[in-house]
Formats: sequence, C-alpha cells, structure tokens
Amino acid sequence: MLEFEHVSRDFATPDGRVYRAIEDVSLAVAPGAFVAIVGPSGCGKSTLLNVAAGLLAPTSGGVRVDGAPLSGVNRHATYMFQQDALLPWKTVRDNVALGLTFAGAPRAEAHARADDWLARVGLASFAGHYPAQLSGGMRKRAIMAQNWILDRRVVLMDEPFSALDVHTRQQMESELLALWDTAERRTIVFVTHDLEEAIALADEVVILSAGPAARIVARHRVTLDRPRDLMELRTQPAFVDLYRTIWAVLRDEVIKSQRGAGGAS
Amino acid sequence: MTHRRTVGRAEVFVWQAALGVAIVASWQALVSVHALDPFFFSRPTDIAQRIVRWIATGSLWRHLATTMEESLMGLAVGAALGIVLGFVLARAPFAARVLDPYIKMLNAVPRVVLAPLFLLWFGLGIWSKIALAVTLVFFVMFFNTYQGVRDADPVLIDNVRMLGASERQLTRHVLVPSALTWIFSSLQTSLGFAMVGAVVGEYLGATRGLGYVIAQAEGTFDTTGVFAGMAVLAVVVVIVSAGVTRLERWLLRWKA
Repeated sequence: MLEFEHVSRDFATPDGRVYRAIEDVSLAVAPGAFVAIVGPSGCGKSTLLNVAAGLLAPTSGGVRVDGAPLSGVNRHATYMFQQDALLPWKTVRDNVALGLTFAGAPRAEAHARADDWLARVGLASFAGHYPAQLSGGMRKRAIMAQNWILDRRVVLMDEPFSALDVHTRQQMESELLALWDTAERRTIVFVTHDLEEAIALADEVVILSAGPAARIVARHRVTLDRPRDLMELRTQPAFVDLYRTIWAVLRDEVIKSQRGAGGAS
Repeated sequence: MTHRRTVGRAEVFVWQAALGVAIVASWQALVSVHALDPFFFSRPTDIAQRIVRWIATGSLWRHLATTMEESLMGLAVGAALGIVLGFVLARAPFAARVLDPYIKMLNAVPRVVLAPLFLLWFGLGIWSKIALAVTLVFFVMFFNTYQGVRDADPVLIDNVRMLGASERQLTRHVLVPSALTWIFSSLQTSLGFAMVGAVVGEYLGATRGLGYVIAQAEGTFDTTGVFAGMAVLAVVVVIVSAGVTRLERWLLRWKA
C-alpha cells in the first residue's frame, strides 16, 4: 500500500517567493493497482512522483509505504523517468544489472539475470551494445528491464513514453501491461498528460487540478476488462464513454492552466 | 549545410602531404633565389641533413627521451593532482567558492616567470621541467574534472539512487565516468601543454632535451639547428597526438 497523506510541497522561485506546487494531496494506492495521474502540464504531477520516490521531501504531510512513514529514498520503488536514464558508458547488460550490482550481487549472477530480462524484453542480441546504439523504443525496453529486475513492489513512471512516436509508444504500453499483468502485480503510479494513455493502461485515473497548489479534483475507476488490446481499445464504446466523462473534468483544468499561464510558462 | 561530400581519408592525406611539400619547396626555392637570407631562415635541405646527422650520432634520441620523460611525468602528476582536487571541490561547493579566486589567480600567472623559480627550487635536472609542465596540465585537468562532475546528468543520479546506489557507488558508476568524458576530451590539450612546459623549461636552463638543443643553437646563431629542433618537436607532437586520438576513441567508444 502506497499512501500520500496531506502532501504539500513548496518551491522557492528565483525572485524569492514561494511557489506551492501541490497542496494537501491524499491518495491511497492499493497493492498491485495501476493508477494513472493526469493533469495539465505544470500541475505538479512529477513533484508528486518525486515525493513518492523519496527524492523530494514534502513540505508538509508524508508518504507511507505499507504503513511505515517514508524517509529518504523509497527502497520499495523503482522509477522510470521521462528522460533516458541509462548510463551511456555502460553496456545494455551492465545497465540492466545495475540494481543487482548495487545490492552486491556477484558479477556472473547479475549478468545471468540481466540476460534473462533482456531476453524477456526482446533485447537478447543487444546485451553488449551501448545505449547510444539503440533506438528510442529499445532504450525504453532496457529501462523497463532495469526496473523490473529488482524485486520492488512499486514502480513510479513519469511520462515514460512521451518522447516516442505514436506506434512505438503503443507497443511499449502493451509491453508494459504484459510485464505488469502477472500473478504478482506491482503497484504502478503512472504520470501522464495524455488521458487516452491513462485510461488505456490504468485501473484508476486521478485528475490533478491546474497549478499552483494542485490538488486532486476527481478519481475515476476504469472498468475495462483485462487483458486489454491496446490496438483496438481506443475505438470501443466503453472507452470512448469513459474518455468523454473524464475529459469533461480534465478539460476545465487544462483551460484554467492555459489561462493562468498567460503566455509565460 | 547543403551538399556534404564524404571525403576519403586517403584523399585528405594526399592534400595534406601536397600542402606540406608545397610549403617546404617554396621555402627552399625562395632561399635559393636569395629572396630569403639563409642566415636567418636556413634552408629545408640543411635542416633535413642536420636531423639525419642527429639521428646518426644518436644525440637526437637522448634529447627526445629526456623531453618525453619530462612531458609524460608532468602529464601524470598534473593530471593526478588536477583530477583529485577537481573531484573534491565539485563535491564540496563551499570549499570551491572559498578557493575560487585563488585558483583563478594562480592560473593567471604566466608560467614562463615561474621557470627561473623552479630552476632554483628543483635544480637543472628534469624535476624543474616536470614542475613547469605540472602547473600547465593541472589547471586543464582541474577545470575539466570539476566541470565534468558538476555536469553529471541529475536524471542519471536520481535513477541510480532509486536503483539502490550508495554514495560510493554513485561516485564510481556515475560521477567518475561523467567526469572522465571531460577529462579524456582534454587529454589532447593537456599533453600539448605538458610538452610546452617541458620544452620551455629546458629552453631556460637545462643540460639535455629538445628545448636545450634549440637554446644552444640560438646562442650560436645556428638557425638550422633551431629549425631542426622545431621540426623534430612538430613531428613528435603529430605522432603522439594521433596516438592520443586513438586512445580517446577507444576510451569513449560508447559515444555513438
């Protein structure tokens, strides 16, 4: 169980004022649930995720993992960033094995397990390549393997596929669901600004208001059957209905954020 | 960029060689028609003969070995000091701010004025030259290491933290490699500086080395000797820098 309890977070602005990114966010994510957080850009989605990761301390409130208050880096979670986070100077195999290496696993064992995971994500023949030699989609696969090789209960994802082209993106979404949808589901908190992606993947969509002081404005259950066929899903009536309902809420926030931005970012 | 013709290495080399031959040939021609005075400008054939004689007597190797020894020692010591201090200060921002003006001041000191001091402190042998080379290499290495550590991608740092890296593992797997890319890229410059330090040191007071050879020739208005020394130095730099380029390419092979 991953719980946000009245989490607020302030940042100092360059001109010496205080900017409140998120305000009083409380959210409980059940074990094995796939929760998507959507909101207009700049609404503090990433801030929320960084707080859950323990990379950022909340100004007030806190995070609990299985009941225990989180302090420091969240050892129960891995994090898939929007940007490429593979170490460019390490081979794909060494990158995937990184978490095991940090935990002190013997090199041979770490490599063997990395190779298993590379095979699972279809990168077996690229183990000795460097990240720069892979396509964007392949790098995402390697990152997924790097995250999943560790036995962590929670996976935090910050718009992990936003830089990919539409088709590669859909492929990665399918592969993510295949990785997740096993007997032992991990808890996923998936931040995106793309409502379609959120509905297609998640069990629940959480909508954040426009910043500053973003808060949760609505939560919607996604009752679409699993396994989901992402190639067909987006045209099904149930999907379209859900999209229309949730978009009605999100649209207002997007309009607010555009008005609030007033040309500045 | 509109057209971009891929030019083969062989073609580039042919043009490079042609340019060199043209310059040397016109030098020779200008001297032989007395447009240039051979007393001041010597002539390429004399210079070549001088170098051949140095090789035959073996004196070239003795001087060259001294210069290379000083350069490489200077490079090694300067790099070690620069890398260590760069690393420490990059991880200790307060100390970095305190030391910043002093580092800039020291770097602004013209090295030539240090040479006589080093001769007094370290003697006429190789150590005064190594010290001079160190003062040049140190700052290049220091600034590059400092920048390289500070420049490490925060996403990479956050990612390895999430994957369970300790501070030591973070340093070893992210900060050091990140700085190494900067350090390797500055190897070329550093090596050049190390050789400049060694030769200038020899020039101002030594008993061996290419700088000494050039200084001796100048003392007797022997322009042929000066140019011969310069030519040897130039060839050595080209060969060594080709080696460094290959090393750099291998070390940074992960860059696409």
